[in-house]
Amino acid sequence: MENFFNIKLSFLFDPLSIFFLFVIFAVCLASAVYSIGYLNKKYSNGKIIYNWFLLAAFIVSMALVVSVRNAFIFLIAWEIMSLVSYFLVIFDSREEKSIHAGMIYLIMTHVGTAFITAGFLIMYKYANSFDFLALKNACVLMPPNVKNIVFLFLLAGFGVKSGIVPLHIWLPYAHPQAPSHISSIMSGVMIKTGIYGIIRFIIFILGVDSIWWGVLVLILAGISCLVGVIYALMEHDIKKLLAYHSVENIGIILLGVGCSMVFLEFNMSSLAVFSLIAGLYHLINHAVFKGLLFLCAGSVYNATGNRDIEKMGGLIKKMPITAFAFLIGAMAISALPPLNGFVSEWLTLQAFFVASLTGYMAGLKIFFGLCAAILALTGGLAAACFVKAFGMIFLAMPRSGKIEDATEAALSMKIAILFLVFLTFALGLGAGIMFKLLAVVASCSTGINIGAMNFGLNNFMIMPGAVSSISLSTPLIALILGVIIIGVYLGLGNNKSRKYSTWDCGYYKLEPRNEYTATGFSKPFRVAFNFFLLPYRKVEKIRGSLYYIKSFKYETFTTPVFKKYIYYPLIGAVLHTAKFMRGLQLGSIHVYISYIFITILVLIIFMNRF
Amino acid sequence: MTIHVETLFIIIIAPLVSGIITKIKNNLRMRKGQGIFQPYHNLIKLFYKEEVVSENTSWIFRITPFIVLASVILAALLVPIFTIMPYARHIGDFILIIFILALGRFFLALAGLDAGSSFGGMGSSREMFLSSLAEPGAILSIFAVSLNAGTTNLGVIFGLHDIKLSSIIAGFSLMMVAIAETSRMPIDNQETHLELTMIHEAMVLEYSGRSLAFIELASHIKQIVFFSLIANILFPAVILGGNIIFNIAAYIIGILGISAAVGFIEVSVAKMRLFRAVDFLAFSFVLGLAAIVISVMGA
Repeated sequence: MENFFNIKLSFLFDPLSIFFLFVIFAVCLASAVYSIGYLNKKYSNGKIIYNWFLLAAFIVSMALVVSVRNAFIFLIAWEIMSLVSYFLVIFDSREEKSIHAGMIYLIMTHVGTAFITAGFLIMYKYANSFDFLALKNACVLMPPNVKNIVFLFLLAGFGVKSGIVPLHIWLPYAHPQAPSHISSIMSGVMIKTGIYGIIRFIIFILGVDSIWWGVLVLILAGISCLVGVIYALMEHDIKKLLAYHSVENIGIILLGVGCSMVFLEFNMSSLAVFSLIAGLYHLINHAVFKGLLFLCAGSVYNATGNRDIEKMGGLIKKMPITAFAFLIGAMAISALPPLNGFVSEWLTLQAFFVASLTGYMAGLKIFFGLCAAILALTGGLAAACFVKAFGMIFLAMPRSGKIEDATEAALSMKIAILFLVFLTFALGLGAGIMFKLLAVVASCSTGINIGAMNFGLNNFMIMPGAVSSISLSTPLIALILGVIIIGVYLGLGNNKSRKYSTWDCGYYKLEPRNEYTATGFSKPFRVAFNFFLLPYRKVEKIRGSLYYIKSFKYETFTTPVFKKYIYYPLIGAVLHTAKFMRGLQLGSIHVYISYIFITILVLIIFMNRF
Repeated sequence: MTIHVETLFIIIIAPLVSGIITKIKNNLRMRKGQGIFQPYHNLIKLFYKEEVVSENTSWIFRITPFIVLASVILAALLVPIFTIMPYARHIGDFILIIFILALGRFFLALAGLDAGSSFGGMGSSREMFLSSLAEPGAILSIFAVSLNAGTTNLGVIFGLHDIKLSSIIAGFSLMMVAIAETSRMPIDNQETHLELTMIHEAMVLEYSGRSLAFIELASHIKQIVFFSLIANILFPAVILGGNIIFNIAAYIIGILGISAAVGFIEVSVAKMRLFRAVDFLAFSFVLGLAAIVISVMGA
């Protein structure tokens, strides 16, 4: 027990930690630069200094989380990260919504920390130390059913932080309420520390023990993908929409991680590394493009004072650079070649393909095929969602008066956004190099030597030689697309054309009111997924007379299934118990002293008994 | 350089396939109808027409025809036609084709929203809806075929030595996806401009002149890309002894057969309600899953 209170701050800079540090600093750099312009004139000087203080603490705590080599200090850093981010969520604490969102976040994140702490304490019981390597050595000897319990605790704990369904409940509250540069860090980076926890503590330290671990992660990941993207499609608040996409993308990352866990259990080392590369690649991609999208959303919010995409439109003419950056982010998140999101989704699909080719059991092979189908559906729905988001915000005519006065974002904001655009391109076109680098990270976290494996980097092509005879070259794709586009444009593009109003079927004047709305756009999806969304509508008619309707109000809602069927009953039960326990609180000091006495007695008996 | 010759070949004959389908439909309906070269005349006519561009549009609207055309040409480059391409695998594989086509579709849907007309919005919404639901069926059938070949490399798939039951089922699943993706009956009707029923046509309603020519050409190429994939899945090259003449003949027969099937389906079924199309695509998903199950079982 001696080293419980004797803990040294020591670091572990292995490739896994360095990779996460890189992700953290890349996105935080952009967000910090962005915040200069974003906060200016919007907040008082004191508030701005407060922001810098919190931001610095936030970045340091995240960096500590991914680089310490001691589970105890990890927990302390984890708590600091959670608390600081809570204060950042309630940064606009004048708004009641922020306080509410902060509360949900605080409760959820502490439930998660409780699970993690419990998992760590069980591991400590076997290792007598909190040092990662000592824990790793001790976990080899751990009985399988204890391992299973630790796995479930850690998965639940880190799952809350990364927002796995059904623990995602805090994301759509907390991310939109924080200032945009904080949203981009929270969504781009902070939720990834949950993934770090899963890779570090479950794959690296605990070691995968049964097939069902990987399968469970894959099932949860698949559900997260679909739930996240379907809710995102229904959402018209731009930042909430992006928050739901974080749920989806965490799912995609975990598809790669879970696939890797299954391969690890099968001892198919090259494929385990390959799948983990896919997951890690999507992790850094998501950090970059989600950070980018949140920053663009912040610029739009700054310019229009609005987050409802139904009230926007035509911003591409007012904010050309933001629009371009958002388009790149939207293309990347929709997995369109040759950008980065495409590369990682392609790698994940390849991982599934090889899994269904070589999996040991027929059932498992079919299961992996289904995972691929889920990923494909998710990709398609995400593309639809971003067509909606980009189209409603930036294209066509402005849907409200405020849009007319919108101006382009400040210089520092543009620089930050363009930096992330650059990273999006670089991660897409430099896929070959990234693949090779990530192979090192994946080999470190799985403990597999990749020296003998034929992971290829050949003319910037990904050639997972050990996997199958396929390769992918994003630079070539970009080159061919570019040559055709430019060639056709220069050769045949200049045609005589004239400007005229949009075809309106002879209606006298097309107005913004005639435009298609985001609600209308997502209507087919609402109908197709009504078994899950349970939509309902509210119609209010105010009649002047029987035949004349003065005003007509139509609202449509979807039932928040998880809140209604999981969280509300849970909260009700907690409150009910609390009410019951209140009976013990008599307010008399004598009673309390007798409680203490009884407690001590029980403890003494307990200690002697066991 | 065969790959470029082949790609050029299918780009050139792409409109012809549409013309043939129309001809087959007309003959089935006991009409004389237009000649099979009519799509070329249409393209040439559009190519020299003046373009009318909506005042509301942005550069997205102008750039979309080029991106759509480029994406389908890249997809065409990846598809083996009648030789097994040894070096196209450096660019990508079967799965890439789905992503490449998604690129063009993404921009078309944005362009549909760009003009601010509700037709365009409606078309975009429906197109994205149907295509996203078509995706699982597409990926499952791709997986099933690739499982039989052991790789997603299209050259290897085309060079398979035997026809498996799972490949044939996957071919049918892919056929249903192709019907949805190429806006054919019973999902969409290319012949009508009736506002409530159109999907693809609504999305491109604002386009005219040369831009429309590019988009129509892109649609023709996309169609032949799908048909070539299906033809080559159902009739892999090597079973014919690898002779190039046989392969060309087999390819042309395959394309004509698929065209005839599509034409026959088009005249014999009515267009489905939008939400019935979900069932149609769900069926292609189930077929794809069945193909995977059978493939895993080894047939």
